[in-house]
Amino acid sequence: MAPESWYLALSAVLFCIGVVGVIVRRNPLVIFMSIEVMLNAANLAFVAFGHRLGTADGQAVVFFVMAVAAAEVAVGLAIIVAIFRLRRRLSVDDLSLMRW
Amino acid sequence: MIPAPPVALGALLPALIVFGTGVLVLLLDLVPPRTKDHLGGVALAGIVIALLGSISLWNHETRAFRDMVLLDNYALFFHVVICYAAALAVLLSIDYLRRNGVESGEYYALLLFSTAGMMLLASAGDLLIVFLGIELMSLSLYVLAGLFKMRLASGEASMKYFLLGAFATGFLLYGIALIYGATGSTNFDRIAAAAAARPRDTLVTIGLGLLLVGFGFKISSVPFHMWAPDVYEGAPTSVTALIATGSKAAAFAALIRVLTVALRAAQPDWSVLLWAVAAVTMTAGNVIAIAQSNLKRMLAYSSIAHVGYMLVGLVAGGVPGAGAVLFYLLAYTFTTAGAFGAILLVERSDGEAVEVGDYAGLARRHPVLAATLGLFLLSLVGIPPLAGFVGKFYLFGSAVRAGYLWLTVIGVLNSAIAAYYYLRVIVYMYMREPEGVEVRLVPSFAGGVALAIALVGIVLLGVMPAPFADLAQVAVAPLLR
Repeated sequence: MAPESWYLALSAVLFCIGVVGVIVRRNPLVIFMSIEVMLNAANLAFVAFGHRLGTADGQAVVFFVMAVAAAEVAVGLAIIVAIFRLRRRLSVDDLSLMRW
Repeated sequence: MIPAPPVALGALLPALIVFGTGVLVLLLDLVPPRTKDHLGGVALAGIVIALLGSISLWNHETRAFRDMVLLDNYALFFHVVICYAAALAVLLSIDYLRRNGVESGEYYALLLFSTAGMMLLASAGDLLIVFLGIELMSLSLYVLAGLFKMRLASGEASMKYFLLGAFATGFLLYGIALIYGATGSTNFDRIAAAAAARPRDTLVTIGLGLLLVGFGFKISSVPFHMWAPDVYEGAPTSVTALIATGSKAAAFAALIRVLTVALRAAQPDWSVLLWAVAAVTMTAGNVIAIAQSNLKRMLAYSSIAHVGYMLVGLVAGGVPGAGAVLFYLLAYTFTTAGAFGAILLVERSDGEAVEVGDYAGLARRHPVLAATLGLFLLSLVGIPPLAGFVGKFYLFGSAVRAGYLWLTVIGVLNSAIAAYYYLRVIVYMYMREPEGVEVRLVPSFAGGVALAIALVGIVLLGVMPAPFADLAQVAVAPLLR
C-alpha cells in the first residue's frame, strides 16, 4: 500500500488544481466545481492524516464536510439558476453591474 | 457496541432557541393568516428570549460534546452582540419587506438559521464547529443576499458572495486539515498543547496561513475584501445590516478564540502578519471610501476600515487588546446597524435612496431622521461622547501600551481621513439644497424602534462605557490565562 505522504501530495495537487480553476475559469458552474475539488482535497487530507494518526476523527470530519458540501450545492445551484433566468447567459464577466 | 456519548444540549440552549424559532416560523408560514406580518414578531420574540437566556446564563460556564461547544462568558458576550444585530435586522425588515413585495416566511427562517450559525461560531471550541458554524451562517446569508429575485444587483450580490465565500471555505477547511494533521486534533485546547510541544512546525504555520485566508474573507479584511462592497450594495439593506454586523462579530469571535487559544504558540507569526493586514485594511478601506457616492458602498468600505481598527486590538493582544475588540464590536454593531437602518427608511419615488445627492437638504424636511443618521455617522467618525470614540480609545490605548506605536499612528491618521467622507454626508444633509428627485421618509414603527434602540446603544456605550468594557474584559480573561 502506498504511504500516506502520497495521498497528502495528491491532496495538495488537487487543492492547487481547485484554486487555479476558480481563478482562471469564467463559468460559475465550473468555478463551483473547482471549489468542490478544493473541499474534496481537504477531505482526502483528513482521511490520510486520520490514518496516520490512527484515530477516526479525520474520517468523522469528512462526513460533516460532505453534508455541508451537499447543502452548498443546493444553495449554489439555486443562485446560479436564478441569475440565469434573468440573464440567459452564464459568465462571471457579466457580473459587472457594481464596480468600485 | 460503542457507548453513546453524553448529550448536553444545555450548552447549545441559546442557539437552539433561535434555531427552533426558525423552524416554527417555517411552520407558521404554511398556516393562515395569509399575511406575513406576524412572522416578524415571532422571529423577534425568539431572538429576545435567546438574548435574555444568554444574559441569565452569565457566569454559568458549560462545556459539552467533548469540549466542542463552550458556553462560557466569552461566547455569551458574543451571543448578546449577535442577538442585538439580529433583532435590529428583524425590526428593520418588517416594513421594508412589505414595501418591496418580498414578504415571506423563509426570509425570517433563514435569518434565524443564520443567527443560530453565528451563535454556534461564538461558542465553538473545536475547528469542526467553526466550520459548521461558518457554513450555517454563510449559506443562509447567500440566499438572503439574493432575496430580490427580480433585481439583477441582488442576484449578482448573491452569486459573488456565494462563489467567493465558498472559495474562502475551501481555504479554511484545508487549513483545518493541515492543523489536524500536525497536532492530531481539531480541539482548541488539544491543538494548543500539541503546538506548544513542537514550536515552529511547518504544517501548523501553513495551516495558520490558510485559516487566516478563510477568516480574512469572512471579516472582509484586505486583500480579501473585494466581495464586501458589491454584496453590501446589491443585497437588501436589512440583510446588509446583518452581514455587516452579526456575521462580522461571529467571525471575529471564532478568529480571536482560534488565535489566542488554539494557536497561541504561533503568536509571533500571526501578530506580525495581522500587523500588516490591519495597516493595509484600515488605509485601503478609508481611502477607497472617499471616492464613493453610493452610501451603502461607502459604508461597506467604512466597515472594511473598521475591521482594520479591530485587528489593531487583536495585534496588541492580551486582555486589554482583546477586550477592546469585544467592546468595539458591540459599539460597531449598534452604530452600523443604525446607519443602514436610517438609509433603509429613506426612499425615492423610483427606488431606494442610496446616493449622497439624495440626502441633500434632508435635515429641513426630516430633521429627526437626519439628526439620527448624523449621530450614527459621528459615532463612526469617533466623536465623543458616542460609542465609536470610546471604542477607538480602548483599541488604540491597548496598542500603545503593547508598544505598537506605528500601528497606532496609522490608525489615528486613518480616523482623520475617515472623518472626511462621513462628514460629507452630514454637510449634504444640513447645508445643501435638495436636488433632483424628492426623497421621502417611509413611516415604519418597527424601523423607528430599531433606530431608537441603536441610538440608545451608542449614547449609553459612549457616556458610561466602563461597565461594558469591564464585562468585555471579564469575558476574554479566561481565554488568555
